[in-house]
Amino acid sequence: MCIDCGCTSGSEQHPHEHEHGHEHTHASGERHSHPHDHSHGHGHGAAHDHQHGDHDHGERRTLSIEEDVLAKNNRLARRNRAMFEHTGTLVLNLVSSPGSGKTSLLERTLADLKGKYGFAVLEGDQQTANDADRIAATGAPVVQINTGAGCHLDAHQVMHGVENFDLHATDVLMVENVGNLVCPASFDLGEDRKVAILSVTEGEDKPIKYPFMFRAAQVMIINKIDLLPYLKFDIEKCKTFARQINPDIRIFELSVHSGEGMQQWYDWLALHVAAKKALKENG
Amino acid sequence: MHELSITQSIVDIACEHARQAGVQQVLAVTVEIGALAGVVPEAVSFCYESVTQGTLLEGVPLRIDWLEARGRCGACGHEQTIDNYFEICEKCGGIALDVFQGEELRIKELEVE
Repeated sequence: MCIDCGCTSGSEQHPHEHEHGHEHTHASGERHSHPHDHSHGHGHGAAHDHQHGDHDHGERRTLSIEEDVLAKNNRLARRNRAMFEHTGTLVLNLVSSPGSGKTSLLERTLADLKGKYGFAVLEGDQQTANDADRIAATGAPVVQINTGAGCHLDAHQVMHGVENFDLHATDVLMVENVGNLVCPASFDLGEDRKVAILSVTEGEDKPIKYPFMFRAAQVMIINKIDLLPYLKFDIEKCKTFARQINPDIRIFELSVHSGEGMQQWYDWLALHVAAKKALKENG
Repeated sequence: MHELSITQSIVDIACEHARQAGVQQVLAVTVEIGALAGVVPEAVSFCYESVTQGTLLEGVPLRIDWLEARGRCGACGHEQTIDNYFEICEKCGGIALDVFQGEELRIKELEVE
């Protein structure tokens, strides 16, 4: 049991600064079916918090909750983010379909920048430690998280996953999410950036087919561009689609295999590692 | 199927509120799901039945309030219903619609006795 992650519950029941703009019917007063006549006067609105105690015989009432379903994950993600800010660790959440080259991108990045930054990697997969083994071969500390039936990593898993790392010595934490362009979009892990990876062997319309992910991501990497001569993939169209969903998305075109375009990605990393360090110093 | 863990959260939050309020019996759970929340309501309903087994919510109906997505044009201020993130303003053709409704994923209320 860990206290931090709220497994022990109960710490966020009434975050009542809800800012929704649509109407909602307010609690009780309505749908009352009890024949006996209570004289307590709390008819509306704040039915919660009232410990009805001994006169609780069959009275129908409404408990207004108005709580975000992802509130707990978001709270843990904020906690992670504060921790990463404290340690000055840049955290990237890598998301893509299976087979787009997330692990290969990591292998090459870790190998090329070895000695330049302290890296750590969280590997999310439903099963096996195959990817973690590949990363471990680069010498970087890695933890495999097997989600079992789960289709995404959540903030809680990341929080415990990083307990195995010396974050103060970690400049960049790479979180390789489960290969899935749908579910990981909803779960904030406390990362600085979501990086969506798309390879040219997929359809160029993926950004509009999976808009939630490309909307949530700040960076899109188009991988395997060395294969472009053999494919019908229209890279300009792909970029246009991505910008329709997300006008500010930063796009890299590269090939992990040939190395083309990798330098721009490394330059971007350097910039963001430095920015995170500066944040730590000024924070 | 992230709806499974979403549904688990719904049930956890609802049970916790019910417990805190000393509720004997929950009669209904109402959640709000926006059209752009990235959640399929049918999948939530499907998961709900199995996730609630053995909890205070077993057998308790789940009501889903579906909220359509609404966007406001950054250029002319026109508001319209939208189906996706790349719709353009039907009035002035502006492309930057600010989504102000439709991303909700929230437990609204419990009906209890």
